[in-house]
Amino acid sequence: MIPEIGHFALILALGIAVIQAAFPLAGSFTRNQAWMGMARPLAWGQLLFIAIAFAALLQAFQADDFSVAYVAHNSNTLTPQVYKISAIWGAHEGSLLLWALFLAAWGAAVAGFSRNLPLDMVARVLAVMGMVSIGFLLFMLLTSNPFDRLFPIPPEGRDLNPLLQDPGLAIHPPMLYMGYVGFSVAFAFAIAALLGGRLDAAWARWSRPWTTVAWVSLTLGIALGSWWAYYELGWGGWWFWDPVENASLMPWLAGTALIHSLAVTEKRGAFKTWTVLLALFTFSLSLLGTFLVRSGVLTSVHAFATDPTRGTFILIFLCIVIGGSLALYAWRAPAVSGGGRFDLFSRESFLLTNNLLLTLITLLVLLGTLAPLIYEAMNWGKISVGFPWFNTMFVAVTPFLALFMGVGQMTRWKHDEPERLARELWLALVIAAVAAIATAVFMPLGSDTLLLVPLGIGLAVWVLTSHLAGLRERLRHKRGFGAMLSDMTGNGRSYYGMLIAHLGVAMFIVGITMVSNFDLEKDVRMAPGDTQEAAGYRFEFLGVRDKQGPNFQSQKGHFRVYQGDRQIAELWPEKRTYVASRQTMTEASINAGFLRDLYVSLGEPVGTSGDWALRIYYKPYVRWIWLGAILMGLGGLLAITDRRYRTATKAIRVPAGAAAARG
Amino acid sequence: MKARQKRLLFVALGVVGVGVAASLALSALRSNISYFFSPSQVMANEAPAEAVFRLGGLVVDDSIARQEDGLTVHFAVTDNAETVRVSYTGILPDLFGEGQGVVTKGRLGGDGVFYAEEVLAKHDESYLPPEVASSLKEAHVQGVVDAVTQK
Repeated sequence: MIPEIGHFALILALGIAVIQAAFPLAGSFTRNQAWMGMARPLAWGQLLFIAIAFAALLQAFQADDFSVAYVAHNSNTLTPQVYKISAIWGAHEGSLLLWALFLAAWGAAVAGFSRNLPLDMVARVLAVMGMVSIGFLLFMLLTSNPFDRLFPIPPEGRDLNPLLQDPGLAIHPPMLYMGYVGFSVAFAFAIAALLGGRLDAAWARWSRPWTTVAWVSLTLGIALGSWWAYYELGWGGWWFWDPVENASLMPWLAGTALIHSLAVTEKRGAFKTWTVLLALFTFSLSLLGTFLVRSGVLTSVHAFATDPTRGTFILIFLCIVIGGSLALYAWRAPAVSGGGRFDLFSRESFLLTNNLLLTLITLLVLLGTLAPLIYEAMNWGKISVGFPWFNTMFVAVTPFLALFMGVGQMTRWKHDEPERLARELWLALVIAAVAAIATAVFMPLGSDTLLLVPLGIGLAVWVLTSHLAGLRERLRHKRGFGAMLSDMTGNGRSYYGMLIAHLGVAMFIVGITMVSNFDLEKDVRMAPGDTQEAAGYRFEFLGVRDKQGPNFQSQKGHFRVYQGDRQIAELWPEKRTYVASRQTMTEASINAGFLRDLYVSLGEPVGTSGDWALRIYYKPYVRWIWLGAILMGLGGLLAITDRRYRTATKAIRVPAGAAAARG
Repeated sequence: MKARQKRLLFVALGVVGVGVAASLALSALRSNISYFFSPSQVMANEAPAEAVFRLGGLVVDDSIARQEDGLTVHFAVTDNAETVRVSYTGILPDLFGEGQGVVTKGRLGGDGVFYAEEVLAKHDESYLPPEVASSLKEAHVQGVVDAVTQK
């Protein structure tokens, strides 16, 4: 009964979405206040019904209702409680429901936090979000209903895929979807601006915080996914340039370009049409990502079983969204173009460079990801693109991004003097160069790392020192720590947000440079009592024992790690066999540190004397990659608390006469 | 510089930059792709002798044999028409097993054994890589055609 309520709630939500897409939009053109006023209650209603559907699925999992096919395929009476919750988004149907829930939640948030927006704008934004919602609800109801019944009812479920029974992966998809879906708000704002012909600084100020929240979620979601892959897959890799990973990276890159371009549109009124195009582009890439992940057209190490009819549906949906929004753009964009002028040497120019470089990387990743599809379609054979290509492309473009980042943040809007910049930044540049040279001289570098390591370290130091120079300039006329603190908590929050996020980039560069060039991997056969040396650490293997888990049997290895004569860690890697699926899983054991990780994973038993094939890794600075991403996210969060997003929108309500009198 | 000229300069720089980047990227791409071949294609000598390529199919039952050193594994991959022997040194992914779909990347040795450098792991036991699925289908169709034409 309860699953039917969930199903019915989804149908009702679809009905509401249709009304939400039609009436407020029509009302915004006919100036019908009542129709426009429907937008907010409808957005709330949609959230209510999708939440009911979500609760129904949650209940089915909690009650082990294996008459629901989705529950039978992804849960089991022995599945631990917390994974009965995360199993909801453990496979295709449920993750779509989560998508829809987030979309409705974003819609309700727009309805709730838009008291200062003109009604026609709210009506249009929510109508566009209603249209997106129609697409996803139809997709779910037609091809992937999570409430489908199964007959005969199996006595026991198949259990959640063991790889997904992990705290990292329990929260990774929700974060990622928050980001993907969040860009639908930026998309809806862009479409609404095109429809209304109103594209100004106020528009950019409205859509900026929304876009930043989505970007922060996506940043943290990707970092979580990378961290999960690192410890759960047992290969010690943190990024594989796999299609599924690229699918999340592309909207992130485009979204990063978008938040920078929005800054220009808000502050200077320039780049208007480009910003709109990026907003359309970012959301389209989110949809493309969903298509790639769910259609199974590409071979991926992360691939899950898929269904081609779903691929066709998403492809059609994608064509409607991209085609429709680009057509609207072509028709309306010329009417809203124009904007602030700027000199060649100005912050606008550097942000434009940032946008071009980020777009270039996005296109390269897109090319590498879609190349197998292109080859297949042209009958050139079945290919895959190796990750060295992606690495080369990334290393070729990103140094320029870091280089210009340091100059751009120092440059003034509209016009600046190169001499002034040279005066402010020469010390930062010298320190970075010294760091690079010192790296080249003092680090044990081979011929393959001689160029890349000093480059990476030099760039990271440059990002740090140039931003410190920027901070010094900002605080030149402020005295003492208290003044800085009041600047930070007062009007300067978006500046400090930028600063923290950019320092995150510096940290990220150090992490990538070190772990890519100095990590060690050893595949070895060890007998109990054997020791192995790696990077100055001695690993002693003490053997493997059997152990019983809640829904798995485990073989648990035991290692002692010594540095010199001192024992610094004990590691307990596991090999698990899950009862319901008979699937085996490697659980690596990691001794994490700020400057290095030690990582051991079990392969398989060899012979009968207790020998094991196993892998030992030494991963220097690998944590800096994720810490950098966390800093980027924190910076984004700090930026959206900036006072002007609250006070400035209120100022718009000031009567025109009063504003003119003041100004 | 006037605004118009400035914009033109930006556009020109952008076009040149994208052009250079695209040509570099494409030429690098050509040397970094690896083609997929089925066991039938390998046995028909369609696969390159020197280059790295990917071989995929199902792991033959009872074919997995671990060698003396404990790290080298021999197994055979089939598309239900032909079979190729594979040698891999290292630790196999968790979902690797007899009867499972697999994609390996490596070189074909002079002895007809495929020396894999990489064995792809999957997240889901019911997942079959699309290339493997289509090569199994082709081999099946070919088998049916052969059976019919022989009669």
